[in-house]
Amino acid sequence: MSAAHGGYYLPDPTKWPIITSMGLFLLALGFTLQIHHLAPGPWLMAAGAIIIVLMLYAWFSQVATESEAGRYDAQVDTSFRMGMGWFIFSEVMFFAAFFGALFYTRVLSVPWLAGEEMLWPGFEAAWPTAGPQGAAYIGPDAHEVAPGQFSSIGAFGVPLLNTILLLASSVTVTIAHWALKKNQRAKLSFWLFVSVVLGFAFLYFQAGEYMEAYNHLGLTLGSGVYGATFFMLTGFHGLHVTIGAITLTVILVRCLRGHFKPDEHFGFEGAAWYWHFVDTVWVGLFIFVYIL
Amino acid sequence: MTSTVADHHHDEVPKGISRWLFTTNHKDIGTLYLWFAFIMFLVGGAMSLIIRTELFQPGLQVVDPHFFNQMTTVHALVMVFGAVMPGFVGFANWMIPMMIGAPDMALPRLNNWSFWLLPPAALLLIISLFVPGGGPAAGWTLYPPLSSQGGMGVDFTIFTVHLLGMSSILGSINIIATILNMRAPGMTLMKMPLFVWTWLITAFLLLAAIPVFAGAVTMLLTDRHFGTAFFDPAGGGDPVLFQHIFWFFGHPEVYILILPAFGIISQVIPTFSRKPLFGYTSMVFASVAIAFLSFIVWAHHMYTVGMPLSGELFFMYATMLIAIPTGVKIFNWLATMWRGSMTFETPMLYAIACVALFTVGGLTGLTMSITPADFQYHDTYYIVAHFHYTIFAGSVLGMLAGVYYWLPKWTGHMYDETLGKWHFWLTVIGFNITFFPQHFLGLAGMPRRIPDYALQFADFNQVSTIGAFIMGFAQLILLVVVVKAIRGGKEASSEVWENPEGLEWTVPSPPPYHTFATPPQVR
Repeated sequence: MSAAHGGYYLPDPTKWPIITSMGLFLLALGFTLQIHHLAPGPWLMAAGAIIIVLMLYAWFSQVATESEAGRYDAQVDTSFRMGMGWFIFSEVMFFAAFFGALFYTRVLSVPWLAGEEMLWPGFEAAWPTAGPQGAAYIGPDAHEVAPGQFSSIGAFGVPLLNTILLLASSVTVTIAHWALKKNQRAKLSFWLFVSVVLGFAFLYFQAGEYMEAYNHLGLTLGSGVYGATFFMLTGFHGLHVTIGAITLTVILVRCLRGHFKPDEHFGFEGAAWYWHFVDTVWVGLFIFVYIL
Repeated sequence: MTSTVADHHHDEVPKGISRWLFTTNHKDIGTLYLWFAFIMFLVGGAMSLIIRTELFQPGLQVVDPHFFNQMTTVHALVMVFGAVMPGFVGFANWMIPMMIGAPDMALPRLNNWSFWLLPPAALLLIISLFVPGGGPAAGWTLYPPLSSQGGMGVDFTIFTVHLLGMSSILGSINIIATILNMRAPGMTLMKMPLFVWTWLITAFLLLAAIPVFAGAVTMLLTDRHFGTAFFDPAGGGDPVLFQHIFWFFGHPEVYILILPAFGIISQVIPTFSRKPLFGYTSMVFASVAIAFLSFIVWAHHMYTVGMPLSGELFFMYATMLIAIPTGVKIFNWLATMWRGSMTFETPMLYAIACVALFTVGGLTGLTMSITPADFQYHDTYYIVAHFHYTIFAGSVLGMLAGVYYWLPKWTGHMYDETLGKWHFWLTVIGFNITFFPQHFLGLAGMPRRIPDYALQFADFNQVSTIGAFIMGFAQLILLVVVVKAIRGGKEASSEVWENPEGLEWTVPSPPPYHTFATPPQVR
């Protein structure tokens, strides 16, 4: 629990962080052993993951309980806001590394590779490419892919649908936020529910695209630098959508339990900010990975 | 966990080991950070002595080359990510709330987590040295294709970087929220002590740089194990891409290492010169300028990799610009001392040595910013000398100035001045014996990261190794000084020094477990 201290908020000693760190340690240790095919890897990973999930549940429950008990004053609220805002900024920089890799490859290094006749004679600069020794690119959405060839996912099929789904979910989250501010609880729950459904629908279609890519298009992580940038950018985005959708679900459950007040609902807003962030990243992906 | 639980009494200090494991107190967490950094400092220092022992003579006598490469790599990783960065976060934890009149950090639970991510990360890095294939041996920069090879140790290193990165990001968020949200009434931004300012700027650098590094090592991991071709030309990738991403992080990183030290000596020099800091506003803006420039100069680490001429020129001129704000700072410190009634207690000695020796490192940096000249210096001992004059003489000496300056405040006892002076002189003399000759070695063409060398380099290398042992063992004096000050000694007053400026000197030494429960009024 926390206690007010002379007008300031100070939480009591907490055991969640150090146990979470142990979970992360086991996860990292297990993952390393797993990629080297050593026996205890999966078990350590599972143990680490379970610890992390339980700790996140316990930690967030405690914060939600304290919040509902009215223990957080305006200053704590501001700290939370700053924390979430700058956390999202750090996430933006994480994606910037992968977008930077994409731009560098497309604008500089692939043309340079093609310009070096000594090393790779006959290699033409083009995009998508799997490189001088990778599979040959045969155009988008080609379902007849021979070995040694790969295709890509066209922008205006499912990716366009997914763009619409995510943009719509951003709108519905905002409608839910307006409802919360006017204390229209039924409307809040309904539109938040719609947002969660749209988010999971996005993930469903995205998973379908991945299966399509692996099973029919010959497009894998190993499809040279195109496959690498494609899957790492969309994959990390998908991971963030998953986190965001789970967060929104938790917020929905809290809304149904009567949490949040019209003038005090940082938990809701933090989740909504995160959701808008994954949405914005997707717009960047749709333009630079799918369309251009 | 209901709201009926009574409020606890926060002035009681928790007892036993759980105090340290579960603490949400900024002073406890600061102490944990400082001890962790000191242990890592000794571990990394021991590795550097292995390196210097091997280099005492030409030929291979002590360790095999692969282990030598692991030592150069892990020494750097431990010192940068284990010693200097956590050390400064320790200072931030202890001092920022006291300097701005806050009762604690803004997000105390997150603060605990930032620290407790470090030991697992360090453990992973240490484990890497004992697995088949050994630890990372590609240099701390982890350039592929060398880092694409290597065994499990490289993967452990990648996860170490991830955990350390999480710690840094969470710590930075906390520091930003604390500084922007927790200042006492009247403590406007332009009244903040310079240490608080430099840490605010450092925190922004961390937030922008560290995630990029996390991205880089993630690409390395997938290149190693999941078939991607980010850094493999056969698949259309480019190993130079890694260098660009790495140094986009790496250059801000070196200012992350130095800016808090600038902040510390900007506190120390005015106190012992008995004058206010000269040019406070210009100091703030110079720090901001350095931070901004740090993001547009990264490729000066890569002049010899084969960049277009326009790139070489841009990065050369941008790099030279950094000398201007840095020069402003050096000038301001000298002007602060000018005609001050100076005394030379250990913190002041360290601060002066920091200014003088960091200037040497800054000037050698300027020589290397010149692209055609750098072609000669690149990857020689000249660069090794250069960055030790900045990271050791800048960051570490600045940090030591801070340790001696605030140790009486932390422990409530004066440190042993005689031992402090011994520590200072042995460190600084040992440091110069170690690294000054390396300038000459580098100019004469001795390459870095190689366990063997040509005969004509033997003399300077032997001198360097002797210096390294003096400097290394001198650090044990610090351990004695700190332990003695914790256990007892002359009681320190609230002010400790003569009329020092800052809120931290208005509270008793040692300060109560919770300071500024009621915010002080700053005029």
